[in-house]
Amino acid sequence: MSLGLIPLVVLMWAVTFPARALPMLAPGIDRLPPVAVTYLRLAGPAALAALAAMNCLVTDATPPSLVVGIEPVAVVACALIVARTRLLLPGVVAAVVIVAVARALGAG
Amino acid sequence: MNGERPGIARAVDAEPADAEPADAEPAAEAVGESRRQLTRDGLAIAAYALPVGLVYGLAALQAHFTLLDVVAASVVVLAGGSQFAAAGMVKAGAPWLAIVGVTLLINARHLLYSAAAAPYTIERPRKERAFMAHFLTDETFALSLAHFRRIGRFDRRGYWIAAMAIFIPWNVGSVIGYLAGGAVDTHRLGLDIAFPAAMAGLSLGMVSGRRDVAAALGAVVVAVPVGLAGGASVGLVAGAVFGPFFGLAVPASPMEESSNPETPEPSAEAGLP
Repeated sequence: MSLGLIPLVVLMWAVTFPARALPMLAPGIDRLPPVAVTYLRLAGPAALAALAAMNCLVTDATPPSLVVGIEPVAVVACALIVARTRLLLPGVVAAVVIVAVARALGAG
Repeated sequence: MNGERPGIARAVDAEPADAEPADAEPAAEAVGESRRQLTRDGLAIAAYALPVGLVYGLAALQAHFTLLDVVAASVVVLAGGSQFAAAGMVKAGAPWLAIVGVTLLINARHLLYSAAAAPYTIERPRKERAFMAHFLTDETFALSLAHFRRIGRFDRRGYWIAAMAIFIPWNVGSVIGYLAGGAVDTHRLGLDIAFPAAMAGLSLGMVSGRRDVAAALGAVVVAVPVGLAGGASVGLVAGAVFGPFFGLAVPASPMEESSNPETPEPSAEAGLP
């Protein structure tokens, strides 16, 4: 039986669990320099923004190229809705509807 | 939050948390009322986490996860942002080392949550603390810390109400999204855009000041050209690693300067664990 992505899941847990547990199990370990704490806080939005950009602006062809189409527009629309409402789901639904309608009209 | 903190150490001495002394009726009432509020807040989180879990299940399906992979990720990792990221990177053929590195970056914020929760849990047995830590998501932190601060001490039952408010709907949603996604034409329905849209939205959901904005934009500015030159996974890691430096280069806004370590990332509002 293939383990599929289970080893990857275990590795992801192995780098996630210590962040959740170490300060609770070993008080004092959280006393990082302020600049390190700030970097850690900024890493989340940076990583997710990079991921969104790579998935809507760059094709997975070889060699990669910039995406030209409705997809980046839909992602920007989602971002604007989330920025206004602070809710993820309405933004995602709007992006899906935009792309679905565009493709139905032959524009996507 | 009422701002009253009667003393964590004194209250913890009254453990076990679920067995308040008989002569402490007012305290028991306060704990009960706080638990009811916690449950109401938890239900609101659950109502939102379920559909977001559906989107994750769909993203995992598009990345060719098996159902076992999806369940394992949602139970074992239990960190929505990094789960979404991993799905996208697996789909793009990124090496596992890169996926693990991005997971580390995205979930590093949990250090701050754990540090803020530590004063409340310090009297609990080490094994129990370790087990609780596995469930310390954005939502668990936000719900349980608010509860602890209301009652001025740790409450085991309250912690698990908070933890299950995200754990159960996230897992149920993931499985339903995965199973339902296979029955539809995701491209025609535009569902393939759900993943990058969710990533962009979640990134914005984490923004609480100009430094976050600079970090996110900096990550995009770095990631896209590097990705065009070296491939999607290289661009992603470059953006994730170097993006925060753009944020560090920007002066902190007043909100960022006065940020409370007990305040969770705004992503807790977005329905992701």
